[in-house]
Amino acid sequence: MVNADRTQPGEPGVPTVPGEKPVLLEMRGIVKQFPGARALDGVELEVRAGEVHCLLGQNGAGKSTLIKVLSGAHQPDEGEILLDGRPVTIPHPVAALRLGIATMYQELDVVDGLTVAENIFLGHELSTAGFTQRGAVIRRTRELLRRLGHPGISPRREVGRLSAAGKQIVSMARALSHDARVIVMDEPSAVLDSQEVSNLFRVVRDLTQQGVAVVYISHRLEEIRQIGDRITVLKDGRTVAAGLEVAQTSTAELIRLMTGRTVEYAIPRRPEVAPDAPTLLSVAGLTVPGEFHDVSFDVRAGEVVGLAGLVGSGRSEILEAVFGARRPSAGSVEVGGRRIRSGDVSAAVAAGVGLCPEERKSQGLLLDEPVYRNITLSTFARTANAGFLDERAERRQAVAHIEALDVRPARPDRAARTLSGGNQQKVLLARWLEHGCRVLLLDEPTRGVDVGARAEIYALIARLTAAGTAVVVVSSEIDEVLGLADHVLVVSEGRVVHSGPAAQIDEHRVLDLVMEGSAA
Amino acid sequence: MSEGVERSLEPGGAATADAVVVTERAQSASGDERGGLLHGPAARNLGLVIALALLCVVGVVTAGDRFASIDNILTILRLAAITGVLSIGMTFVITGGGIDLSVGSVLGLASVWASTLATQTMAQDTHWIVMVFTALLVGVACGLVNGVLVAYGNVVAFIATLAMMVAARGLAEIISNRQTQRVKVQGFLDFFRDDWLGIPVLVWIFALVSAAGWVLLNRTTFGRRTLAVGGNPEAARLAGIKVKRHTMYLYALAGLTAGIGGVMMLGRTTAGTSTNGMLYELDAIAAVVVGGTLLAGGRGTIVGTVFGVLIFTTLTNVFTLNNLSISAQAIAKGVIIVGAVLLQQRVAARSRAGT
Repeated sequence: MVNADRTQPGEPGVPTVPGEKPVLLEMRGIVKQFPGARALDGVELEVRAGEVHCLLGQNGAGKSTLIKVLSGAHQPDEGEILLDGRPVTIPHPVAALRLGIATMYQELDVVDGLTVAENIFLGHELSTAGFTQRGAVIRRTRELLRRLGHPGISPRREVGRLSAAGKQIVSMARALSHDARVIVMDEPSAVLDSQEVSNLFRVVRDLTQQGVAVVYISHRLEEIRQIGDRITVLKDGRTVAAGLEVAQTSTAELIRLMTGRTVEYAIPRRPEVAPDAPTLLSVAGLTVPGEFHDVSFDVRAGEVVGLAGLVGSGRSEILEAVFGARRPSAGSVEVGGRRIRSGDVSAAVAAGVGLCPEERKSQGLLLDEPVYRNITLSTFARTANAGFLDERAERRQAVAHIEALDVRPARPDRAARTLSGGNQQKVLLARWLEHGCRVLLLDEPTRGVDVGARAEIYALIARLTAAGTAVVVVSSEIDEVLGLADHVLVVSEGRVVHSGPAAQIDEHRVLDLVMEGSAA
Repeated sequence: MSEGVERSLEPGGAATADAVVVTERAQSASGDERGGLLHGPAARNLGLVIALALLCVVGVVTAGDRFASIDNILTILRLAAITGVLSIGMTFVITGGGIDLSVGSVLGLASVWASTLATQTMAQDTHWIVMVFTALLVGVACGLVNGVLVAYGNVVAFIATLAMMVAARGLAEIISNRQTQRVKVQGFLDFFRDDWLGIPVLVWIFALVSAAGWVLLNRTTFGRRTLAVGGNPEAARLAGIKVKRHTMYLYALAGLTAGIGGVMMLGRTTAGTSTNGMLYELDAIAAVVVGGTLLAGGRGTIVGTVFGVLIFTTLTNVFTLNNLSISAQAIAKGVIIVGAVLLQQRVAARSRAGT
């Protein structure tokens, strides 16, 4: 028979297993390449109608990039997206909304100066010949808010005057106003207290009962247990487990899936810090209101202290406050036994402290200036004679560092913008090497850095500590922090929840601490 | 179905094509780098030289010897001198990521200040250089107020200097009682009417200020800080540069050039009135931007600014010689500004994709 190897006629286009909900959204083999890093390397995701599908993974696993692909903010380099079994393209965010895919971003994307109703219908205002139909907008807004269980919010209220939870409701109402069939929620509970979280869950359950699929991203495993149906785990831009039933998967199993590396990074072993090594950096009771509270730690010459924690836990803010880039309300920072003026970067730099910031491009580099001027940005005044620049000496210094750190291309006159992430990081490190700092603060030193440059940066940290520099490292990659540091502080929600030798704690325990600490 | 599949392949295909284009650009750019002259600041100034040369050709063709005479060229330079000095200060402020709308008014205030002093009896006892010095001080003081407001008060530069623009003009009116004050200090007048080596003193001052500005921007730590503060203030701050203090200095510098401009104005017109320097700030900003300094900050060129000033002044001269109206001049200026900025964006986009 001709039809022998074909499927039964009459089988629906969407594969269904009896008793299961139909598959609504599928992402197959999604690849997204960024300069210097492969953010997504073949991600698979299958979401069914009416389920809460949890997306799990460590920072940098590719969750945010995946969402951006789904919402049309990024274009995948490879792979396909199927909606109702039909391939679709999502060239821009409006296309995603037309297909019924709405995204609630982690940073609340509402406009403070507009009213609730104006925010909800932003970009798709109901209008007749250019005039907004104010009445209809208000009526629809009321309807949406009632559906979300918040009839108390006035459509005419200015959004800036709502609480974070209120803003989230507005954001969700906006998603619903597009008749969304898939709603992506990126850490929706991060800004909510427990009361508000249970309300959020009620809303989510209502939505799923109406057949809406929710893609739910959270670091809080307890929440996932409460609200989730199935889980997909991402690691290093790949799907390592797809469609796990929440009820049948243990927390230990999830943590095991999320941790462990597929790529081995060589972190060189360093000798123990000499017991009589002097304390170079001493932070005591440092507090920045709203960011972190009462942080104290010491770093000795040749020692690496690591700060582990989630994005937004206050790690970067701690580094910035130590550096004087944020003004603390309490506490002190001493370098080499001398207290430095708080909130004064120049004083910190003069005392021999250097910071390689998290956002290299916006916080670290003069992108259109040549590499050599970026390297000498902290030292050109010292090199100058009576206010007149000595560019020849600057170039010489820069070239020496370019060679020592193997910055590629090895051209001091190229604009910093044209370098890859790893080489830009080396330029920043070279700046502080030239300055000759005693205390080096590194915020995400290997983010967006390829494997080769990573190993070089690790080796450089080892060399610096051997020469007696005190180093503080912040990283989202827990294994990196544990591998580099002698002593680890685990930060959660602006508090140090653990402090101890790196050798006495493992990745699972850190992840446990981070998640426990953040559970509402 | 098959249609859908094809569509879904599109983005991937487009992305690859883009990548190819980028690589090609990168290669051609690195070729330019080796080529030398056709790249970088030289290339940018080449456009300005061509523009100025074209204007001169137009001048010679339409006005003949009336344009191409030593006298006329000195007239152009004399006219360019005051805006020119203001533009040098403006170049620093704009390169540092700011803007100063008050320089025209501060120029007026400084000139009135000096002319008021000159008409007092004390002027007879003191040397006129004291009068000049106080006028410069007035300029610096106004600039410092701007700088403190912008750097430490976190007032947006546009607003802070707009306020100074209005207030300085008002203060000038009060001081002068809206009267024109004739300066009769002979030593002062003689100095500014003099020629050195056949070139008017006003033009010498413009040349000196430009040269000093060039050295300051390109050869000193002050200039490097200006580029850093304008290019990426956060990076500059985290590198240990005192961004606020430097920003304040930049406005003080612009105020100083406004003070110098005020004295020059007094020397040229022999009269201090509160309307001196009206709207000069716009001419200065236009000259700076046309010259190739990025309005967003981080890149500035004194040579470009000088060309920008000369282009506008030559334009005015050519139009005047041909008896064309001031209105027609204004339109031509507008076209030049837009053209220059459009060109600048092209160049910036290319250097961003390439180098």
